[in-house]
Amino acid sequence: MPALRIILLFFLIVCAVAVSFSRRLLVSVSIYMAFSLVMAIVWLILESPDLAITEAAVGAGVTGILFFVMLKKIRSIHTNIMAENGADPQEQNAAVDRDMED
Amino acid sequence: MGSSIFTNYEEIAAVLLFVIGLMNLLMQPNLVKKIIGLDIMDCAIYLFLAAKGYIQGRMAPIYVDGILSADHYINPVPAGLVLTGIVVSVSVSALMMALTICLYREYHTLNLDEIMMLLHKQEREEELRLLSEGAGEGDT
Amino acid sequence: MSRRNPKYPGSFWEHFTQWRRGEYDPSQGKMEIKAPGKKPERGSWLPSALSQEMRDDYELGMKRRIGAFQRVYRVMALLLALTLTVLLLVTVSFLPAFGDVNAPENNEVARRYIEKGLEETGAVNIVAGMILDYRAFDTFGESCVLFIASCCVLILLKVDRDEDPHSQALEDMNDRHYEPNRDTVLQMAARLLVPVIIIFGIYVVLNGHLSPGGGFSGGAIIGSGLILYLTAFGFERTGRFMTEKLIKSLTLCALGFYCIAKSYSFYTGANHLDSFITPGVPGEILSAGLIVYLNICVGIVVACTMYSFYTLFRKGGY
Repeated sequence: MPALRIILLFFLIVCAVAVSFSRRLLVSVSIYMAFSLVMAIVWLILESPDLAITEAAVGAGVTGILFFVMLKKIRSIHTNIMAENGADPQEQNAAVDRDMED
Repeated sequence: MGSSIFTNYEEIAAVLLFVIGLMNLLMQPNLVKKIIGLDIMDCAIYLFLAAKGYIQGRMAPIYVDGILSADHYINPVPAGLVLTGIVVSVSVSALMMALTICLYREYHTLNLDEIMMLLHKQEREEELRLLSEGAGEGDT
Repeated sequence: MSRRNPKYPGSFWEHFTQWRRGEYDPSQGKMEIKAPGKKPERGSWLPSALSQEMRDDYELGMKRRIGAFQRVYRVMALLLALTLTVLLLVTVSFLPAFGDVNAPENNEVARRYIEKGLEETGAVNIVAGMILDYRAFDTFGESCVLFIASCCVLILLKVDRDEDPHSQALEDMNDRHYEPNRDTVLQMAARLLVPVIIIFGIYVVLNGHLSPGGGFSGGAIIGSGLILYLTAFGFERTGRFMTEKLIKSLTLCALGFYCIAKSYSFYTGANHLDSFITPGVPGEILSAGLIVYLNICVGIVVACTMYSFYTLFRKGGY
């Protein structure tokens, strides 16, 4: 099975590099969730099913959800600030998108 | 160089992931990407430990068919270590996300460099204010 | 009227009763508490007394200095990464080969755990027997880490509803704006999936000593099921049963039971006393001594922590 092992590990490294080079934060978080899911498969191959089930539930599930909620919260804080400064809605959305990018 | 470099794919991947996570932590100005970088570093350490516990041709550490001999199961110690580590890493990243939200509320940016510059300016403004107050008292 | 103890005024108990009644603050005078100052407006950090030229000069100097620092920093970071990679790869090349039986880490410790595990703990899953019996206090500390992390997030993100009603109302509006509350597809999917997810989580927790899984993974699965329910039906539905009080008392009861049960087990084990905890018949659901109950405790703590993380991040309260 060395071929499958090498492919999965290569995918892990590609994901890790893609996290740092993706422009939008939402994309980074999604890539990180894919990374965690592949990590669970790697642990199944390494004969540790306990780790696989924990990583699939915790790394790919809960951490991803928490990241998404954090991005949503930041967006809502941003919208509040914009509304207080009296900007119009379209300008608001553009500013949020700019902020969410790197 | 030793000879194991051609067989230890997991360990090599763990080293590369660790360095990639560290570079994310050092070079990215964005706080969210720094948190993801730290999580990737965690995963690299766990991968290294789990790969060290693996033994070729043996089963997962769950008793099957009443076999009690240690020659049929892989090493359970790294699995126990990593299991506790995964959950702690989640709570650490949740704590860092909460701190990130607090920072965003205060400085309205996710860029750590901008936050540092704003802090620096704030301190300088404080110094200048104290200086001008001192000069005003000296005149009167 | 009872006679007063002459030592009573100024004693620990007086302070304690006063602290309970809320009249005395032990940190007063000892701890420096700084009131939060008024937040300066963005972009007006420099005092207006300075002229525009001085301000520009200052900004330019800052930018130049930061640019030079950034270049040096990047080069040094790349050098560090290269050095670290080469060093670690050389180390890896001298490690024993992957999957080697004779590697030094496969020593008598692992052999002892595997050969005596079933006899001493009664757990079919060796990892569960190891982390919840031999090294149970390690797992207890880790559950406490989770609890403390949720407390820290509570301190950081809890909002006082009465303090600033205007901005809170605005934030609530945004919360609803970006999350459709009456989404039919999501609600139908949640109706189908939430019971399955939660029952699967309970199965994983209860079978922790027989099959892969246990308190950590099962608790996370139950927590994500609750989060899905909350996302689909909103805070009004979940607020009926997942109140702040319930979450706190569940977590504390689970941690307290864990501590007492495991202390009893270690005490009787260390002093060679007779204990009513027996390993039981391996393979049955109520076997393996305390491991089932400890798994349930850990599962409760993890599920409550994940749920409270989500609610605190989203709303700043339960």
